[in-house]
Amino acid sequence: MSAVQSTSPVPDDTRRRGPLAEVFYSLLRSRTFLVGLAIVLFWVACALFGEHFAPYDPLADDIINALAPPSSEHWFGTDQIGRDVFSRVIVGSRDILTVAPLATLLATVAGTALGLITGYFRGLVDDVVSRILEAFMAIPVVIVALLAIVALGTSKTTVIVVIGLSFAPIIARTVRSAVLAERELDYVAAAQLRHESALHTMFVEILPNVIPPILVETTVRLGYAIFAVATLSFMGFGIQPPSPDWGLSISNNYGMIGGGFWWTVLFDALAIASLVIGVNLAADGVHGALND
Amino acid sequence: MSLSLVTLFLLSIMVFLGGQVLPGNVGRAILGPFADQRAVDALNHTLGVDRPLLTQYWGWISNFVQGDMGTSYIFRSPVAPFVIDALGNSMKLAAVAFVLVVPIGILGGVVAALNLNRPLDRIISLGGLSVTVLPEFVTGIILILIFGVWLRWLPISAAWPRNAGFFTQLYYLILPSLPLFLVLFGYIARMARSGMIEALDSDYTRTAVLKGLPWRTVIWRHVLRNALLPTITVIATQTGYLIGGLVVIETLFRYQGIGSLIFTAARGKDFPMLESGILTIGIVYAVATLIADFLYSMLNPRIRLESDQ
Amino acid sequence: MTSSAKAKNALELTDLSVAYRVAGRNRAVLRNLSLTIGQGEAYGLVGESGCGKSTVALTVVRYLPRNGSITGGAISLDGQDVMKLDAEALRRARAESVSMVYQDPGKALNPSIRVGRQLTEIFELGGVSGQAATDRAIAMLNRVRISDPVSVMQRYPHQLSGGMQQRVAIAMALANDPSMLILDEPTTGLDATVEAEVLDLIAQLRQELSASILFISHNLAVVSNMCDRVGVLYAGMLVEEGPTEVVFNDPRHPYTVALLRCLPRGGQRKDQGRLDTIPGFLPGIGTDIKGCAFADRCALADDRCRSELPPLYDLGGRLSRCFHHDKAQALPRATPSDVAAAPKAAAAPVLRVAGLNKTYASHGHALRAVKDVSLDLRPGETLGLVGESGSGKTTFARLLLGLVPPDEGGTIELEGKALAPRLENRSDDQIKAMQIVFQNPDSALNRSHSIRHLIGRALKRLAGLSGKALEARLNDLVRSVRLTDRHLAVKPRQLSGGLKQRVAIARAFAGDPRIVVCDEPTSALDVSVQAAILNLLADLQSKEDVSYIFISHDLAVVRYLSDKIAVLYLGRIMELGPSEDVFSGPHHPYTEALLSAVPKLDQTETARIRLDGEIPSATNPPSGCVFHTRCPRKIGPICEQQEPPLSEAQPGHSIRCHIPYAELARLQKAVVTEPA
Repeated sequence: MSAVQSTSPVPDDTRRRGPLAEVFYSLLRSRTFLVGLAIVLFWVACALFGEHFAPYDPLADDIINALAPPSSEHWFGTDQIGRDVFSRVIVGSRDILTVAPLATLLATVAGTALGLITGYFRGLVDDVVSRILEAFMAIPVVIVALLAIVALGTSKTTVIVVIGLSFAPIIARTVRSAVLAERELDYVAAAQLRHESALHTMFVEILPNVIPPILVETTVRLGYAIFAVATLSFMGFGIQPPSPDWGLSISNNYGMIGGGFWWTVLFDALAIASLVIGVNLAADGVHGALND
Repeated sequence: MSLSLVTLFLLSIMVFLGGQVLPGNVGRAILGPFADQRAVDALNHTLGVDRPLLTQYWGWISNFVQGDMGTSYIFRSPVAPFVIDALGNSMKLAAVAFVLVVPIGILGGVVAALNLNRPLDRIISLGGLSVTVLPEFVTGIILILIFGVWLRWLPISAAWPRNAGFFTQLYYLILPSLPLFLVLFGYIARMARSGMIEALDSDYTRTAVLKGLPWRTVIWRHVLRNALLPTITVIATQTGYLIGGLVVIETLFRYQGIGSLIFTAARGKDFPMLESGILTIGIVYAVATLIADFLYSMLNPRIRLESDQ
Repeated sequence: MTSSAKAKNALELTDLSVAYRVAGRNRAVLRNLSLTIGQGEAYGLVGESGCGKSTVALTVVRYLPRNGSITGGAISLDGQDVMKLDAEALRRARAESVSMVYQDPGKALNPSIRVGRQLTEIFELGGVSGQAATDRAIAMLNRVRISDPVSVMQRYPHQLSGGMQQRVAIAMALANDPSMLILDEPTTGLDATVEAEVLDLIAQLRQELSASILFISHNLAVVSNMCDRVGVLYAGMLVEEGPTEVVFNDPRHPYTVALLRCLPRGGQRKDQGRLDTIPGFLPGIGTDIKGCAFADRCALADDRCRSELPPLYDLGGRLSRCFHHDKAQALPRATPSDVAAAPKAAAAPVLRVAGLNKTYASHGHALRAVKDVSLDLRPGETLGLVGESGSGKTTFARLLLGLVPPDEGGTIELEGKALAPRLENRSDDQIKAMQIVFQNPDSALNRSHSIRHLIGRALKRLAGLSGKALEARLNDLVRSVRLTDRHLAVKPRQLSGGLKQRVAIARAFAGDPRIVVCDEPTSALDVSVQAAILNLLADLQSKEDVSYIFISHDLAVVRYLSDKIAVLYLGRIMELGPSEDVFSGPHHPYTEALLSAVPKLDQTETARIRLDGEIPSATNPPSGCVFHTRCPRKIGPICEQQEPPLSEAQPGHSIRCHIPYAELARLQKAVVTEPA
């Protein structure tokens, strides 16, 4: 009898892996995630090394060959001042893949901080901040951005800050509701019964437990950041010429599609579509893996 | 109700700050860097932007509430008629998109949930996710290329001829409403799907099935109402995104709506027009949220009865 | 039994196997389960969580979760092979012959449909509609003793109390006059007095109806009161079966023997010896089992038990799946019963509470969660707090700890010094002197931190230790709650419920507390694990001379551990006194009713006291004595007009009642309330 210890670990093999490892393995099993990741990595590679395998200089004009349809020489044709569309599409991911992730990062950091504070302190702080965030969320991001960019002038930094700050309330809302739920759990009371500081309780006790929803929200937001940057560029308030940015190129060329010059916009549109879908497939995979 | 008013008040402050304070010298911004300083001062005085901030805000907001939205810097005429016209046009466009997307989106989500993890569910879910996340101008361009340029089925501009009748207007609105439809479809279908899955997995559905009710009755009577409650709230919050999309769509299709009004005002730094447009959108959003809250509490006995007590 | 009934059993399971698909693998939940329920028979199925009880119920009605599948065997319901039914035939079987009631009636009823509609739709299936259906629905509600059926028909489920909801669910289940009624933990989660009412109702309905019953419960006492025969399930296998009294009085499988020994029974107390425990763990779902599933935890097991699956031995009207069924009761104890030293009676109280109140604002009404509570606690003593939900037990504990500030006026003194109402204003010494073990370790232990961090942080903050000293104390502490070093590196979710609760106990003891509040520390645990935790708490108390405030709804558990009892009702102390006096009586009528509501394994009691009605709302408590609306011994208008004082009837024993002590003694002598 004495050989039988009452304290042997639970003999269930699924519990041996740590929670993070489990998420990792379930990501590797998710086809959605892997496809999304492959698409994103493709465009990241283009952003980093695109100029080495683009056949032409994406900024070099060639007026004589302007608006040439796709051919063996120019796979995707040329635009209205004769720039090679294929080369531009390849290199065009660079700005959007800089601006969107930075905006997302800013949104995540600011949103997490706001969410932690409003969720943890509740009461008046929460009421006031939540009302302000709600007001923020009542207007579409594109319009907030428009307003801010008109007021502040256009630059990459402005776009990053504006998108970052307009997404922060959305992340804050997610974090806040997760924190509110965590706060009811007894480990928070246990921390108070050790006289832990509010900072310790927020960042050491609660934060690690709300990482999963933050991770999901961040990946989803990255998709929307790309959406927003592309849209702003299309409207002339985002990335500025002479960048070969996709949204900007569409903006410059869509006036001519009635004339049948479809190649000047279609490939840029498809590039944006693939990047956005790629990010969202990956986000969907992350969501699935964390909510199993 | 009071909550929406607070939100609107905060929004008005933000709009005011963004439109009148942040840009700094409005006269300079309008007249450009080379204009004479006296001319700039004179313009600032005419516009009233040299008064104290609080006075300016109070003047602006109290006029707005009375329907006076100020004078356009560019057109030198009152803003209100522009905004009202544009809002009417946008409502038409939004209505077409909404009427199409709400039933189809819900149906998509319900069908997906009833075929959980089967190919049909995969197609609706992944397809919905994919079209939802695409910027409207991207789907807009692709749709214009397909239906307007290659197939020539639909006009590529939404500007219908003068005195066009209802059906002609509708015909012109189909193409512009499609990108909005696609953006919303995924959201609504996704919400409806997860609401359905939750309701199907619930104990009360088990009770209904174990009573021996026919499957059709279980779904119609027991599952749908509980499943679709959260979707209603989502649909209302989506009006915000819908309006955001209008800015882009109206620009792309050259349509005289509130979105293109804001866009044009922003380009021309026509601040009274810009502020009024944005605040109007805020009001539309607040009203939509109120309607959704009302519907939600009508359909949910738990909330309805508590407010009675 | 008629001859036709004999030919057709109500339910027959033959070699039934069910598996759940988890992470791409089929994991067996039920293994070759065979059992038979005769016409009109009530069959109880007992076992600890994870043994597959509920899966049996869901399999019978073919409502397994998406990942579940029947991998073998047959189910016959009233002679019909359930597995061969097509969708329509299955629907008809559910509509006509089998019904089910399960735990948590609040979720089982549709939240957005009126109660009446949810009932009438059943009659409509049988072709009765309109007024006729309404009449039958009202009759059905009458039948489950709902006093105002017409108005209940108009209500939504959330407007009913838990007990009422479960009555409605039972009415729905019986509406089609089923031949087979499955009750899956129908009273789990309900308050003791409500549970007693619902069980009474089921017992009465059994007399009126012909339905056979499959009654599933983790609570042996409930099953013993309700069922003719009982089956004990372990790891998805039937290990013992027989007539209820026979199995519980003379068990023939070591698992049943051990399970019964884990329960504190017959008024057992901590100074009369430890409870027995079952070492080890239930095999995980889907584990390959060679031999007897219980062998790893059984002191009688030999090599044969470990290599060869014992058959179900027929012992004349009863079955046991054990090679050693003849000597099952000779199972050696897993825990020696040596008596923990009796607590010394020290003089000065460690805690003194006077005039403590807590009022919450609730929708514009004042909610008196705790009203005028005064008591004291000596070193090494355990105060048991009992009462139904809403009685203020947990709020009182939170007031003591400073997690919630009390109303102005009351005082809490720790070792003679007044404590600040708020936690922030208490000194570090005061904080470490009073700690808590929460009910749910999943909520109490931060799931992101390792066990080492959880306990180490407490030692650092509460004991002020660091470095080598902390390490040494950590090892001591871990050993004193009988954990080992290898548990330190893991996260809470990698441990079982019992082990997690040990971690929580270790954490509470990190700063050498004077008082530990135990808020339902074992109610989320199975009985075998509960016994081990209760033993641990008793051991730690005799070693450390710590005082406990022990909150539990389980009176037997409270009685085992407590020296002193406070009975709470609507935030007021109704009775306070030495444990033995409170339990043996004479006691307050509410205490009497609580004791009477406890289902007992030995069905010896003669008369029972039942409470009518619901616990009143604390925002609008009854006038006079708050208990008068439900009191079975109400004496007259005085009860409605004047709140009785909490007066000392005997030295140290106070009762809040208008009935004189001697009169209570006379009244209660008529009813012999057996100890829980």
